[in-house]
Amino acid sequence: MTEQAVTQQAANGPATGTTSSPSSAVDRRDIAEYALRLGDDALVLAQRMGEWVSHAPELEEDVALTNIGLDLLGQARALLGYAGSLTGRTEDELAYFRSDLEFRCAHLMCLPRGDFAATIGRMLVVAAYQWELYERLSESADETLAGIAKKAVKEVAYHLEHARMWTLRLGDGTDESHRRIQVAIDDLWPLVDELFRTDDLEQRLATAGIAVDSSALRGPFDAVIDPILAEATLTRPDVPAAAGGGRHGRPSEHLGHLLAEMQVLARQFPGASW
Amino acid sequence: MTRPATFRSPIAEGRPPVRLSGPDADRIAEIAGAVPDPELPMVSLTNLGVLRAVDVDPDSGAITVTITPTYTGCPAMNTMAEDVVINLRAAGYPDVTVRKVLSDTWSSDDLTQEGRQALRDNGIAPPAASATDRAAADAPVACPLCHSSDTEQLSRFGATSCKSLYRCRACREPFEYFKVH
Ligand SMILES: [Zn+2]
Repeated sequence: MTEQAVTQQAANGPATGTTSSPSSAVDRRDIAEYALRLGDDALVLAQRMGEWVSHAPELEEDVALTNIGLDLLGQARALLGYAGSLTGRTEDELAYFRSDLEFRCAHLMCLPRGDFAATIGRMLVVAAYQWELYERLSESADETLAGIAKKAVKEVAYHLEHARMWTLRLGDGTDESHRRIQVAIDDLWPLVDELFRTDDLEQRLATAGIAVDSSALRGPFDAVIDPILAEATLTRPDVPAAAGGGRHGRPSEHLGHLLAEMQVLARQFPGASW
Repeated sequence: MTRPATFRSPIAEGRPPVRLSGPDADRIAEIAGAVPDPELPMVSLTNLGVLRAVDVDPDSGAITVTITPTYTGCPAMNTMAEDVVINLRAAGYPDVTVRKVLSDTWSSDDLTQEGRQALRDNGIAPPAASATDRAAADAPVACPLCHSSDTEQLSRFGATSCKSLYRCRACREPFEYFKVH
């Protein structure tokens, strides 16, 4: 495998793009948009994980949740850096100077962090989805996406294992812990479907061997999740899917509030460093 | 693209060699590779296995040092890159660029024997011998202080991305384990 520069220099300068050359038949804007979807998922969830700093139920968990957030932030930086390199923008411009209408993350990532059970329930679902996704994206014809996915899949495997162990402990724990993790799963379940919806853009890239067809991930995802829910004595919800639209500029009602906090410093003091 | 039987993905076997090209590249690689990991100062970049290439332009003398992150979000990467530039400047090489690449993907298998011993000497259990061998990865972690195998994991995530937290049941001391990755 050839190497791709993800960022060029040390310091805190903006990341410049890669020189990887995707197939010329493919529109680079399609690839940028696809990288934004994955990158925004990771960025917004990283922000939610960061909200746990000093609030987790125990010190070890505080460290774990924020480490997971850090992994996601690293993935987000690589993905946004790549998307930006294809469209002439920096990762910071993409992270800090887009409105909620310009973000491309799924609604599930935007849900408020809720209690610890809600955080674990979402981590379980997202990590299982990302694990199946990155496992396949590791073989992408786009070398930069493949390189990012190969790193990410190893990190996400730890997230999945962490969420799995906590789901078992909570589900098969006390009446109260069982109730809370079941409520968490029930509340997020309508938003799961959006992760597995494909569209024309993704299909064009999947045909070129660059993207992963999201709709093909649902079966493998269920095969991971269902046994975990069963072992945790939890009931898989049977509820209609929510409308979604996060990939297409119809953001979650929660995204604007999250961005207000995440972007305030960069917008108030552009170029600030410390 | 098939799904593996375990949660861990298969990764490249064998440690990728450091690629050298251009005049003085071996000496430059020695200086750059001697830079310590800021969060694990007992381990050099060479022993951590993150130094991937040194390329020197024979005409301009411009140096490109290529490193790869252990974890995508590892905040030590920027410090490592800055230290490489500083140390090479001090050694008389003014024109240095540090390039970060994600491929070939870093694995804890890339830690050298010397690096593993340095971790052990400083109370951190080195990773199991192979990230590709699930049995080895699940083998009990030996306490770096009393060498007992009677240890338990306290938390999968530790003070840095690359470590988890353990406790020795024999000597009762807590210790860190450099994760198989
Ligand atoms: Zn001991």
